[in-house]
Amino acid sequence: MTAASLLEVTDLRTTFHTPRGDVTAVDGVSLTLRAGETLGVVGESGSGKSVLGRSLMGLIGQGPTTTISGRVTLAGHDVHALPARERRRLWGPTVAMVFQDPMTSLNPVKKIGTHLVEALRLHLRLDRKAARERSVDLLRQVGIPEPARRLDQYPHELSGGMRQRVVIAMALACDPKLLIADEPTTALDVTVQKQILDLLARLARERQMAIILVSHDLGAVAGRTDRVAVMYAGRVVETSRTLEVFTRPIHPYSEALLASIPRLDAAPHTRLRTIEGRPPDLVSPPPGCRFAPRCTRAEDVCRTEAPRLRGPRPAAPRHTAACHLPPAATAHEED
Amino acid sequence: MAGSGKAHLRPGRDAVLEVEDLVVEFPVGRGQVVHAVSGLDLDLLPGETLGILGESGCGKSTAGRAIMQLPAPTSGSVRFDGAELTGLGGGALRRGRARLQMIMQDPISSLNPRRKVKDLVAEGLSVWGFDPADHEGKNKETVVRELLAAVGLEPDVVWDRRPHELSGGQCQRVCIARALMLRPRVLICDEPVSSLDVSVQAQILNLLEETKERFGLSMVFIAHDVSVVKNISDRVMVLYLGKVCEVLPSEGMHLQAVHPYTRMLLASIPGEETEADAEASSGPGARAAELPSPLNPPSGCRFRTRCPLATDLCAAEEPVLRELASGHAVACHHVESP
Repeated sequence: MTAASLLEVTDLRTTFHTPRGDVTAVDGVSLTLRAGETLGVVGESGSGKSVLGRSLMGLIGQGPTTTISGRVTLAGHDVHALPARERRRLWGPTVAMVFQDPMTSLNPVKKIGTHLVEALRLHLRLDRKAARERSVDLLRQVGIPEPARRLDQYPHELSGGMRQRVVIAMALACDPKLLIADEPTTALDVTVQKQILDLLARLARERQMAIILVSHDLGAVAGRTDRVAVMYAGRVVETSRTLEVFTRPIHPYSEALLASIPRLDAAPHTRLRTIEGRPPDLVSPPPGCRFAPRCTRAEDVCRTEAPRLRGPRPAAPRHTAACHLPPAATAHEED
Repeated sequence: MAGSGKAHLRPGRDAVLEVEDLVVEFPVGRGQVVHAVSGLDLDLLPGETLGILGESGCGKSTAGRAIMQLPAPTSGSVRFDGAELTGLGGGALRRGRARLQMIMQDPISSLNPRRKVKDLVAEGLSVWGFDPADHEGKNKETVVRELLAAVGLEPDVVWDRRPHELSGGQCQRVCIARALMLRPRVLICDEPVSSLDVSVQAQILNLLEETKERFGLSMVFIAHDVSVVKNISDRVMVLYLGKVCEVLPSEGMHLQAVHPYTRMLLASIPGEETEADAEASSGPGARAAELPSPLNPPSGCRFRTRCPLATDLCAAEEPVLRELASGHAVACHHVESP
């Protein structure tokens, strides 16, 4: 682990024991994140991206129905080896999370102020007055007009975008080094979505805070992250600098996913590219590459042997993909 | 935004669906009224797809449902195939709109979980009675099987399944098959892909294009995603708080759009903005970007509270839709006429 890395994940596996069999929702994910870096995790429903976010934070822990293996080192602490009490101490000052639905992550019978003051008093041991002042300050930072008045309002009095800003303010209360945002804009309108994403980008820059942005929306991730990891059926299939993945994807899944999004600059009625078939059932995933049954390039080796993440392009060694048959490097201009 | 006016209508052409002055209001007690749709006009030519674009709360779904008379609009006229639908009731209404079908947003909750696919798809035939003469003498089962195949489902596989045994995308295909069963002329799609994953979304969009060609349909496609609407539509109508802002051809709409609200929607597509934009929209001085309450919409142009160009004129006077170019109409005081 280098001095600069804030988060280091090695071979993380999260397995749920269900009546139908074991489901390994996150299957051997390794990644590192430096302080102040933003990472996008993209994938479709069921790809394991949300479980990954929760496993990183330790919200999903070892238990009778869950097995976690591998290592998550966050700011020097092995998250899953810590006793529950100490793990809880990381939540707030070290890592915080923003969830998808701002209505369900706020308590409807408590005022906005109560939500914020609670975290501040518990973690920072502030007195009532100081906590209130800091709450006003936090609400101002996330762009809420008339912050002092908002403290005495209830969640239902705020719009969806304002609620999400409150949730972000709560997450920021203890100055976390890492913010995990799990689909923070999915429940919001497009114009509001943009504001929230811009807000997160601004906060990351101002506070040197690292962000993991988990999303199914490739567009949301494209402009706002330094690096991106594409997940499919529990595994990271491609990772690189964001621009690299979006402009020159290596893995056939990333490529097909990008091609299936309608483009604004394309002519109307352009036929969209689709991916045949469905993601595998994780109770019995296919052997070898999990995308092989849907892949147009698949050969025998893909169906028997699981590919490892590797960088096939000498010019961009950190652009890695888990594919046996990456497109020839000569097909693209390397820089 | 106001958007009264009929500059975008095309009288004299044989529209399959004509909507005029559609108003939908919901009383919410204490004398208050939600103004969901306030004077919407549209026409739909055979074989055309009209996209209706807007944020939540702009009245796009309400408009779609009001066309179906679900519930009937407060006032206004809906003419389908030359026959007036408003004011009809009971059997006459059901007969009148049999060839006007709708696809809803959530494919799973719009299917009865206890019924099998074969019965779900055949429901229209069961209700209206099956006459082999309408189907080139084929029997009912063959007709249902052919339709399932047409929407990309394997009839033998899904025949006896119930909705919970299907994925979201497959359920949406079943919904499309159900809608096609009665050979509609017009299909109203209310956010048909917004609950689906991107790769499945592409499959359903392609399927809608195919079925439109194959069954000779016209479509009203309601959605909030600019790129999706642009891709499937011939014309796009932008709604805001129950009023029309702009109607324009989808070809080149990202370059042609002039209404400040349409521009705002286009600018909020992720990945298209600059740092300065980000500063402006997220900083503490950001302009109020919340939708005003439809209980008490702003006077004059309804968009003025969020509009960067707003002046006193916008508060005093409601802009009227006027034609800028052929097929392109806009309701804004501050857009120069060519």
